[in-house]
Amino acid sequence: MNFPILTTALLAPVIAALVIVFLPREEERLAKSIAAIGTGISLLISIYVYFAYDTSVGGYQFVDFGQPIPWIPDLGVTWYMAVDGLSLPMLLLTNLIGFTAVFASWNVKERAKELMILLLLLIAGVMGTFIAQNLFIFLLFYEVVVIPIYIMVIIWGSSKRVTKEYAGMKLTIYLLIGSAFLLVGVMAIFAKALDITGIPDMSFEGLAQVAFPEQFQIYMFALLLIGFGTLLSMWPLHSWSPDGYAGAPTAVSMIHAGVLKKIGGYGLIRFAIYVFPLGAKFWAPVIAVLGVIGVAYAAMGALAQKDLKYLVGYSSVSHMGYVLLGFATLGLIGVNGAVAIMFAHGVMAALFFSMVGFIYEKTHTRWIPELGGLFQNAPKLAVGFMLAGMASLGLPGLVNFLPEFTVFIASFKVYGILAVIAIAGIIITALYILRAGANSLFGPARPEYKDVKDIRGPEMVPLVVLGSVLVIGGILPSLLFDMINSGVEPLMAHVNDILQMGGGR
Amino acid sequence: MHIDYSLLSTEIALAILGLIVFTLGLTLPSRSTNRGLGAFAIFGLLIVLGITVSFWGTQAELLAGMYLIDNFSVFFKILALVAAILIVFGTMSYANNNLSRQLEYYSTIIFATLGMIIMISAGDFITLYIGLELMTVSFIILVAFRKTDGHSLEAGIKYLILAGVSSAVLLYGLSLIYGATGTVYILELAELVTAGTISPLLVFGLVLLVAGFGFKISAAPFHMWAPDVYEGAPTPITAYLAVGSKAASFAILVRVFVGGLAGMQEQWATLLAVLAAISILLGNLVAIPQTNIKRMLAYSSIAQAGYIMVGLLTASPEGIKGVMFYAFIYLFATIGAFVVVCAVYEKTKSDEIASYAGLSQRSPLAAAVMLISLLSMAGIPPLAGFVGKFYLFTTITDNFMWLVYIGLIMSMVSVYYYLRVALVMYRDEPTDPTPIKMGAAVNVTLIIAMVATLVLGIYPTPLSELSNIAAQSFFTW
Repeated sequence: MNFPILTTALLAPVIAALVIVFLPREEERLAKSIAAIGTGISLLISIYVYFAYDTSVGGYQFVDFGQPIPWIPDLGVTWYMAVDGLSLPMLLLTNLIGFTAVFASWNVKERAKELMILLLLLIAGVMGTFIAQNLFIFLLFYEVVVIPIYIMVIIWGSSKRVTKEYAGMKLTIYLLIGSAFLLVGVMAIFAKALDITGIPDMSFEGLAQVAFPEQFQIYMFALLLIGFGTLLSMWPLHSWSPDGYAGAPTAVSMIHAGVLKKIGGYGLIRFAIYVFPLGAKFWAPVIAVLGVIGVAYAAMGALAQKDLKYLVGYSSVSHMGYVLLGFATLGLIGVNGAVAIMFAHGVMAALFFSMVGFIYEKTHTRWIPELGGLFQNAPKLAVGFMLAGMASLGLPGLVNFLPEFTVFIASFKVYGILAVIAIAGIIITALYILRAGANSLFGPARPEYKDVKDIRGPEMVPLVVLGSVLVIGGILPSLLFDMINSGVEPLMAHVNDILQMGGGR
Repeated sequence: MHIDYSLLSTEIALAILGLIVFTLGLTLPSRSTNRGLGAFAIFGLLIVLGITVSFWGTQAELLAGMYLIDNFSVFFKILALVAAILIVFGTMSYANNNLSRQLEYYSTIIFATLGMIIMISAGDFITLYIGLELMTVSFIILVAFRKTDGHSLEAGIKYLILAGVSSAVLLYGLSLIYGATGTVYILELAELVTAGTISPLLVFGLVLLVAGFGFKISAAPFHMWAPDVYEGAPTPITAYLAVGSKAASFAILVRVFVGGLAGMQEQWATLLAVLAAISILLGNLVAIPQTNIKRMLAYSSIAQAGYIMVGLLTASPEGIKGVMFYAFIYLFATIGAFVVVCAVYEKTKSDEIASYAGLSQRSPLAAAVMLISLLSMAGIPPLAGFVGKFYLFTTITDNFMWLVYIGLIMSMVSVYYYLRVALVMYRDEPTDPTPIKMGAAVNVTLIIAMVATLVLGIYPTPLSELSNIAAQSFFTW
């Protein structure tokens, strides 16, 4: 019987939220500090688990209570909290971003108590998806995150180009309709598996052992692809993403772009590809094409944006195209790269959104032509912005370079010309990132911004924490890649076994 | 013939309780009785609930199959009693302040409950009809209880006429089935009606039966009465109509269709599937433009009826279990929502959604319960509605995949109008910022509803096992 360390990490934010519920309204600072402590505990636990995980052994480790605890027997649901090399980077990412998101909202004055409660619930929900190794519990957390986000967008969001009500509702409805398809799939899968084996089991491992017929796999994979693809902002299901991020408050944009989107990618590899290899093989070319269209289309879209949040929003859609391309190779290297991109992009996007958030807080505009010369007054802010920008365009030495490079190598072998188009996307990325940086940060100082204060105190936390991860991950990529490889290798070995049998099961 | 009357102790106790409450109301001075009468009714109902629970595990028939007692019926009786207790308890202050004479009020609620309980246990068409009418007539009185309010009277008249018509249709259907098979006993029917004996007469009777029951469960296209009656009736009665009347009607629907007419499953499954689809589509889509919360909840309850019908389609223990599970969690969600409606109405005298502006600041508990109840109806995890839908829809993925799509996509669409209420409650500033003070009874009811919805969503196993056992007993006759 192990100490349930992962459940503890999951509950820390929930308990912090409960404590905050009983605070008086005026105690905003205290509420924020408690939120920071709650997320801090989860962050420390995930760092500890990340480094204590034995990559040479691999597989599920830190299984809470030592084994799955029966939860809903007739649905085959167990409380199965464990991590492997695939879950761990995502868990770490969640808590890095969760912790820094609290500090990115440090200056929120209006109803700060409620914001912290919802933020903590959101973080707990996202964390749950990555450590639950049972499909049902995964789904529970998957959908639980949608409602706090909606409330956060409509209360603390901003109505610049679209109203926050529109942004919030668009985001919510898109994700929910996507998840409806996912749910249809899951129900059919559960019923079919029960039919075939006679034992209700919804753990990922258990489902992967069921011999689903090929036609069924193809059908179900399509449903899962719609569900997870919507969340991953796969073209053409991406249009919630730029609007949603633009309307959302900083903390939500950070978590959403940084880690929530990645649940889509995580679900694809952990569930869709792992359980339905034959379906994955059938749809892989489609995924690749959609991914590449996403890269090119969203990069072009970003090029046309004058609003910083829209720019980062489109850029994140574009990066998700690389993730899809990596998955579509259905090979160890490509999937490794895709998972690594999910981590790297998460850190980068969170830093980017927090910096954009601070720029907006201090200048009251996100409109690039109205900005300029911020570097003069706010050098630290500018450093953070440029660091995220450089990571986004894949500068070697930062964490994003190697994952993208890996995906390019792997996908060039399989898809040739498609990979070339995707690589060309990098050039456009460089163009819009550098242009945005130049226009908003550099150049002569503008008189209207001469009183702008640089970030300091708690505001520095996102820059320091996320920035150092970007650099450390860039210098020591093996920290990330060894971990991911130990998780992806057994999954892909299983997939390849089945593919080699050629559907003979 | 020896008759074991002890098997009827629930019904006898409930009838006595109703009469005592009625007599007390007549004899005691009116001013002081109001509060006491409600408390007495709750006390009595709790005792009846205790008696009912003690029947768990009994499997017996009375009067040669006219009356059936099994875990299935005990489960639904518990449901009806819990609903009555929670509603009376949570809305006592509403009743004191908004309804003038209450001596008939509580006793009529008790008689409506008695009607439900008889209907739930009915083993033949005659008993079924007696229970149904006792329930319906009581509800007609209750719906029109606010005698000075035009809406309430209009609702009463509508309910009276439409319930009368639907009873006629139902009776006609029952008589046709009797004509075709020569029996009114549901258990005998199960033996007589097999795939080989289906006649056009039987099919016609079946269709009329669907129409008659469709009215009671407010399934489209027999739902026309629901929005007007829900809006006009006193809110506690609306809640009881939505929970109790619907659940009891589902119980008898299951008894007649799955228990008695299983041989015609091919005929009625498709029919019910289409009705379920129409109910889900219509209920959810028409709920979107509503501005009155009671009307919105009425349309949403039409959609909920559609979801529950899904459980019948396979005529399997899993499906029946889904029906029971969903009916029970729907109880908590509905009561939570309607008790909030009562509490808000007491302060603002309005049922418009706009009057919920800033409710999260005026009463955080009421706003939270409303949000949780609505999201549970929409099936958002970790609330109970999600597990309930999971149980229901997994049973039909083989034969009715198209209905799974409709059901799940529309339940996501329903989030749109549920969230509009959340928007008003959480974002808008209140026009009148004074806090809404609720009595202890209201608070307790709300907390019970909220905790049940949350806990059964996260850990549904206890209720799921109970409904499993109850569903099994249904198939052992």
